[in-house]
Amino acid sequence: MELNAVTIGFAVFTIFTLGGGFGVVTTRNLFQGTIWLMVSLFGVAGYFILLSAPFLAAVQILVYIGAIAILITFAVMLTRSVTRIKVRYIRLLPSFIGSLLVFLILLFGITVPIFGGQLPEAAPQTVASTRDLGAALVSEHGYVVPFMLASVLLTGAMIGAIFIARDEKA
Amino acid sequence: MDNLCTGLCTLLLDGGFDAGLAQFLSLLVGVLLVSGVPLITVILLIWVERKVAARIQDRIGPNRVGPIGLLQTLADMIKLLSKEDITPTSADRLLYNAAPLVSFASVVLIWAVIPFTPFHYGVDLEIGALYFVAIASFGTLAIMVAGWASNNKYALLGAFRVVALLVSYEVPLVFALLAPVMLAGSMSLLDIVNAQSGMWFVILSPLAFVIFYVSSQAETGRAPFDLIEAESELVAGFNIEYSGMKFGMFFAAEFLHVFTNGILMAILFFGGWMGPLYYESPLIAFAWLGAKGGLIYLTTLWLRNTVPRLRIDQIMAFNWKCLVPLSIANIVAVSLALKVLQELDLAPRQLIGAGIGEMLPTTVVMLLINGAIGLYLLGILRRRGQEARREFQAASQAYAAAPAD
Amino acid sequence: MVPLWMYLAVAAALFSLGVFGVLARRNAVAILMSVELMLNAVNINLVAFWRYSETGTDLLLNGYAFTAFVLIVAAAEAAVGLAIIITVYRNRRSVIPEEATALKG
Repeated sequence: MELNAVTIGFAVFTIFTLGGGFGVVTTRNLFQGTIWLMVSLFGVAGYFILLSAPFLAAVQILVYIGAIAILITFAVMLTRSVTRIKVRYIRLLPSFIGSLLVFLILLFGITVPIFGGQLPEAAPQTVASTRDLGAALVSEHGYVVPFMLASVLLTGAMIGAIFIARDEKA
Repeated sequence: MDNLCTGLCTLLLDGGFDAGLAQFLSLLVGVLLVSGVPLITVILLIWVERKVAARIQDRIGPNRVGPIGLLQTLADMIKLLSKEDITPTSADRLLYNAAPLVSFASVVLIWAVIPFTPFHYGVDLEIGALYFVAIASFGTLAIMVAGWASNNKYALLGAFRVVALLVSYEVPLVFALLAPVMLAGSMSLLDIVNAQSGMWFVILSPLAFVIFYVSSQAETGRAPFDLIEAESELVAGFNIEYSGMKFGMFFAAEFLHVFTNGILMAILFFGGWMGPLYYESPLIAFAWLGAKGGLIYLTTLWLRNTVPRLRIDQIMAFNWKCLVPLSIANIVAVSLALKVLQELDLAPRQLIGAGIGEMLPTTVVMLLINGAIGLYLLGILRRRGQEARREFQAASQAYAAAPAD
Repeated sequence: MVPLWMYLAVAAALFSLGVFGVLARRNAVAILMSVELMLNAVNINLVAFWRYSETGTDLLLNGYAFTAFVLIVAAAEAAVGLAIIITVYRNRRSVIPEEATALKG
């Protein structure tokens, strides 16, 4: 594998993604955990750019860093759980073994045998653009029904979240 | 700097450089140029802002360092750099130091997609408008992190208020951004400028411009939305613990953000580099963009220095009860009108490169629709204002009538 | 060009980190963050398969569009999940899922 912009980018984003993910599950301080989560998801957005899906990368940053990060920080501060929980982990050993097994199964049990020799090395040159995605999302042969369901889901989730979190006394 | 890059690339290749190295070097020069423009302008901007503010407040403003005080900002920079750099002992060191950098980077990164002239731009992203929104969200996160990492309750309170404000005003900002995107049929800022060859979008969709203007004023935390540094209420807001150049970076980010918004509005609504003779030379095109952006920037300074601060509940009520419904109505109106006009063959299918003659029917219809929505909104606002005034009068009369004891 | 299996390996590692977080962490907010990690691991896989699959002349968008829907669901999940966590905290002064046992039979 030669050294070029794509491979260097891949290496950097891998450090971001996995390092951030490691930070999320190990840090004691939840606010820092949120920042680690953002680092990790920023790395995922970088992968999307490498995989020529810039629209998804921008949406990923907008949704996660612009919205979910703020939501989680507010939740962390509202629940003030940073000081109360002394024990960082429960079931540490079984969880570790379990997640290691999941990783090994995913890697050697599924990825390698099924795609073993025939893993495509290079991606095809032609690739759909954001315009194609936009057209597909609203075309009747595409995803117009899931698209509408998703918007209903978002509206429902928004109303539900406000209703659940509303203070009864106020 | 696409054009420049290819030019420099070939030059370096002729000079006997390796192909990869030549490409890398020319890219590096492009990146330095694109990020250098905002860094140099911000030095000038701070001087402009202080001068304008001084004139509005009947003062003279900086006039000691250099001719008409032009070097004042440099002197301030030296002062900030030589100040003691304090990190509170209980602060989260890494996050505390990273926040000003992220805040400044979130503004400078926007300049990567800004088309300065038809041929000179950092990069023409297919998703330029979305990129701007995504990058701007880093600024919000930086403020939150700064407030939390300072480990100071005033900083945290300030950060909470700011983030509530920024997140709320992002909604109408993005909705208003959709109007030019829909009209141009593209999210690329280059395409958006090219689509305004027939008619500027500020005439096709004045409501979207007003919403964008108001919410970008709020996004930068300028008066009447300057809750970020409500000195009388919050000491100094989220940046209370910052000193020296770290404070300077938050400061510079804010100043640059205002100007960046001016340039963005010029691109999205005022035709960017479009103007008489822009095709003659890139310099003329660049001058048009700068002039338009600068003019919008000056109006925001004017607004900042003349209007009083609003209360936070007033700001939130204005956003959620006025701007958001208005921006949704605007999107529905623009998309419906454009589609109907295109089906009736009254509007060009593709606005990019359309002449002014083709755009006339569209312009008239769009103006009428926008005027109707605007008048309706003004009626509602007027009724609200009258009600508030009546309540206030009743309350003050009751107060005056009450027996004094 | 980076071969496909590398993306899959990173996604597998990220997913396992998420699994570990969900199983081992005690705080409900931390568990929610780990779920986000798992969702993103799935997203990497979807986009990578979409990019590397032979599309031929007809451009297929299944992976691309599906990822967009996963993002929407993730946003909805985060909003509702955090609202529930805050409500549970308000009522029981606890963010530990094991302690929210009011509905246990």
